[in-house]
Formats: sequence, structure tokens, C-alpha cells
Amino acid sequence: MSNVTEKSHAELAAAFNKDEPRVDWHDETLWWVRQKRDIQAHKLPEWELLRETASQIKNNVLSNLSGYLEQFEANAIKNGVVVHWAADAAEHNKIVHQLLTERGINRMVKSKSMLTEECHLNEYLKEQGLDVIDSDLGERIVQLAGEPPSHIVLPCIHKKKEEIGDIFHEHLGSAKGESDPKILTETARQHLREVFLTRRAALTGVNFAIAETGEFVICTNEGNADMGAHLAEIHIASMGLEKIIPERKHLGIFLRLLTRSATGQPITTYSSHFKKPQENKQIHIIIVDNGRSIQLGREDFRNSLKCIRCGACMNTCPVYRKSGGHSYHTAIAGPIGSILAPNLDMKKYADLPFASTLCGSCSNVCPVKIDIHDQLYKWRQVIVKEGYTPTAKTIAMKAMAITLSSPALYRSGGKMGRLVFKYAPFAVNNKLNPWYKHREMPKAPEESFGEWYNKRKEGKK
Amino acid sequence: MSREKILAAVKSNQFSHAELPNVDILDALTASDVSQVKQYTTVATAGGSFVYEVSDFDAIKTILHKEFKAGVKIISGIKELDEYTYAGNVVDELAHSFADVELTILRSFLGVAENGALWLTETQMNVRVLPFISQHLAIVIHQDDLVPAMGQAYAKIGNADYGYGAFISGPSKTADIEQSLVIGAQGPRSLSVFILTT
Repeated sequence: MSNVTEKSHAELAAAFNKDEPRVDWHDETLWWVRQKRDIQAHKLPEWELLRETASQIKNNVLSNLSGYLEQFEANAIKNGVVVHWAADAAEHNKIVHQLLTERGINRMVKSKSMLTEECHLNEYLKEQGLDVIDSDLGERIVQLAGEPPSHIVLPCIHKKKEEIGDIFHEHLGSAKGESDPKILTETARQHLREVFLTRRAALTGVNFAIAETGEFVICTNEGNADMGAHLAEIHIASMGLEKIIPERKHLGIFLRLLTRSATGQPITTYSSHFKKPQENKQIHIIIVDNGRSIQLGREDFRNSLKCIRCGACMNTCPVYRKSGGHSYHTAIAGPIGSILAPNLDMKKYADLPFASTLCGSCSNVCPVKIDIHDQLYKWRQVIVKEGYTPTAKTIAMKAMAITLSSPALYRSGGKMGRLVFKYAPFAVNNKLNPWYKHREMPKAPEESFGEWYNKRKEGKK
Repeated sequence: MSREKILAAVKSNQFSHAELPNVDILDALTASDVSQVKQYTTVATAGGSFVYEVSDFDAIKTILHKEFKAGVKIISGIKELDEYTYAGNVVDELAHSFADVELTILRSFLGVAENGALWLTETQMNVRVLPFISQHLAIVIHQDDLVPAMGQAYAKIGNADYGYGAFISGPSKTADIEQSLVIGAQGPRSLSVFILTT
């Protein structure tokens, strides 16, 4: 589901920030996940070598992606899997639609796939009169709430259990006021079992696709991807074309990193390797480009395609934790989303690379060592050059450039500023000044450094 | 055709060749000659599994008799546990017919001490959906089949051919509601691991 909004990250974050206790709770919950990640990472003395190795493997993948894709396709076909290619979201959605309708299927169960969020598959199928039920608990919750996920690993991290209780009471018939996570999870279990047993089609994402063998791996804790895929006649697996890894043994590297980075578990409960379809059943893989080949050609940003979607950069990001996933108004929120989204639509997502303090924490936790904060900085420059910054920012930056290039203007500007702070503080301590939000403006010094220095020189003579 | 278009775009945009790194160093770092039972048990227990060290199949039977009441539907993929329906005899049944299975017992020949994961292929599962659709799951493994880390696990799997395989490291679980851990999401509500020590 998409956020049908033209609001910027700053505006959406401001709305999220109105409820301060909730912001604190959101912040602390995600920081707790980050700490769990640290505990696991510190248990492995070879952690940094693991990250470096994973990054290098992905480097090799990106340097020979077309070859690996062809190899993967050939092996998958040999395994009896049908392979489709989609240039963009629309083509992907059409392929899914056709696979369903040509079998007379109008209801499908889907496990977590951020790619289908990126493609807005659910809305598309709904418009065509087809029903999709998300089977990951967190995704089911936001689906029932009519919202998109706010986090790629923890889709309903922004919701309180009482709110989830209300949603389940309305849609799944749980008792009014029930908010015990155990009871709510059991309610969803009963509901979803019925769904698994009655759906003829299941769609899943793909965590890793192995060129050498043509198999693909899906990681879940709930077992929902497997329940759906094993019971359905047709299993559709949607994958971004960057999901390739060269050899099966490389899974040993990536599976060690993925869940430790994501939730602080040593591995997910299930790491399922799909190679061949079951007898009388079908597996279809859809390989999706949707802007990825363009990103591959952007030298400064191609490393973003190494991402394995663990979400560690979100959990650690001070801006994400305090602004919430929905403020990024794109399928993949947080630091990684902010370097992926401008590639898809630079104008629409021009605000996202600015939604960062450039503190670099994201790059430090990234299991495949993507230089996320450097890329955020580089996107800012591209966006300004292309003229996609908001008018107010452009004017302010231009005024700044003129002032800084003229010593006379700089000095008189500084003096004016100090006078305003001293004699008319109300002119800056008000809501029109964005710097005043959540903080008092500082007291202005009596004199500038230049004035002080000159005076000091005079005195020494 | 989108296939040709995509491959051409990827080909023209991929940069100069980067070599694959050596991954053997990592495997050497995690290699170990000591028994992995203790490490496995610690990690698997933390992940919500019940781990039992047993000397033989009779010991397993005793525990199962205690934990599961007579009369519930139990399927076993292990010939030695012959009082239950043998999984090999039900492979042709509709996958949906296993919806009322209370317990499935399967064999694994590869376990990983660093994360509690047990490797099973379709051959040991008999039916792919069995280890997921059962209310409870039990897996039997010999202590000599435990390796220290994932690197050794994939070395052991090698280039084996299978239709489907999975690492299973515990009961089905979720923490989607306010990060509170709940055991028993969409799959089994418990995982019992029996480690054969003789």
C-alpha cells in the first residue's frame, strides 16, 4: 500500500513528533533491537571479516551481474522452475495477474516481500478484483489497518498492542480490549491457517538467489512463507535482480550476517532453500529490474544494490527512530531507503537524502558495508544540481553563498544578527524560525571573533 | 522482450571485474575439533528449542510418551520410532490432509552449533509441508553430525542435489507485536531436539 501523500519527510516527521511519549517509546524499542544486534555481533571475533567478505562477494556480483543472472536463469529452468523478467513494477504486476487469472485463481496468500510493496502489487491486484492476504503477522496487522509497513523487518513497529487489539477485534473477532501479544498472535494463527489451507497460489519474496544452483532462499521466523508455498499449486517468487549470490557456499557468509544484523538472532527460525517444484506443482520466479540497472550505472550509488534488507541501518538511525518509517513516504524507509528512492524518482524523493544527520552510524552497522551516509551526502549534491530542492532552501542557500563570498556582507550580516538576538529576540524565538523548534535560540556574543581578534591585536601593540 | 532489454542494460552498466574473495579463511577461524553438543544446546535453548541428550531411540520414546498423550496424530520419518504412522507411507496424500497432525518427528544429519539450526532436505521431510504444518516438531540428530558454524555446514552440504531443503533452528515465532516474543506463530509451537550420544 502506498502513502498517497505529497508531504515531505520533515512535515510527516513533525506530525509523528506531536506525541512525545510515543516517539520515546518508538525510539527506545528500535534502539533495543540495535543493542541485540551488537550483542550478537560482538560474540563473533571474525565479525568484521565477515562484513568485508560479504561486501566483496556483492562487489563481484555487481561486476558480473548479467552473467550471473543468465547462469541463475539457466539453472533454475533446468530445475523445472519457470523464469519471467519484468522491466518495471507494472510488468511485474501484470505477470502475477496473468499467472493467477489463467488458472482461474482470485485469492492469493503472500509472505513478506518488500519488492511487492515497491511495485504496489496489492493495490493493483485489488483493482483487478483479486484478493491478497499478507501472512507475516506484522504485515497482516498493517494490511488490516490500511497502512503500509513502517519498517522492512518489523512492519508494525509503530503500532501499540492496544491498537492492534482494536484492529483484531474489528476484523478477526478477538475480544474487545484484548491486547495480550500471545492471545493476539494466536488469533492471527487461527485466521491465517484457514487462509493457508484454502489458497491455491502463494507469492513470496527472495532473500538470496544462487547462480551456481538456480535455487533461492527465503528466511522467516514464523514459517509463513513455507506454509503458503508448500500448500499452494503455484508458488510465485518475486526477486529484485540484485538478489544474486554466486555460489551456494556463500550462503554460509550471508546467513551468518543477515539475522544477527536484523533482529539480533543468530539465524532465522527457517532458512528455506527452494530448488525444484513439488510434483504436479509449479514455481515461477519473476526477476525484476525497476530501476536497478540504472542504479548499477551510477558509480556513486551502485553499492546500494548490495543491500540484503536487514534493517540495521533503520534501527540505529537517530532520525528514523524519532521520525517513524511512514515519514519516508516510500516502501523502504530509513537510511537505505533514502539512497534507493531518489534513483526511482528524484523529484518525489528529493527530501529523503536530507532526512539524516550524516552521523554515519548506518554505514557502521551495515553487514555488507554500504557507504550509506556518504551516498546520502552525494545524493544531496546531485539533487541540488538537478534543481529538486524546495524553493525556500534554494533561496536560503543562494543568500548564504552570496554572503559567504563577500567579506563586507559577511561582517555586516553577523553584526545585524547579533543585534537582533540582543534587542529583538522575539524575531528569532518564534515558530516561523525552524531552528527554534524543540530548542531555545542561543545568546549571541557581544562581538564577533574578528572584532575580538582585532581588539586583541590592538592591545598587544 | 524485457529479458534482453534488462540483461543489456545490466551488462552495459556493470563496472570492471571484481574478484571473489577467499572464504576459506573464515571457515578456518570457526573450525573446531571439540564436541559441539554443549554449544548447540546453549544456543538452541536460547532460541526456544527443547534439547535432550539421549542414548538411544528407547529414551526418545519414553520422553515422547510423557510429552504427548496417546491418540493424537503423530507422523514419524524415523523407522526406529515405529509405533507412529511412517512418513514414507503418506507421501502421496494431499498436503492439506496433514493439517491435524499434532507431532512430526524427523531425522537430521547436519546441525549447526553457532545458531542451533538443523538441516533437513525433502528426503528427510518426506512431505515439504510436514515440519511446518504440524502443531509440534521433533528432530533427531547424532552428536557427531553437529558442526561449529555455517561454513562447515555448507561444506558438508556441498553440491548435493535436492528439491527443497531448510535450516530449522527453533519453534515458529514472532515478535511483531511490540517486540514481545511469542512462540507459535504460523508453524510448530515447539521444537524438541534429540541428540543421540551413542
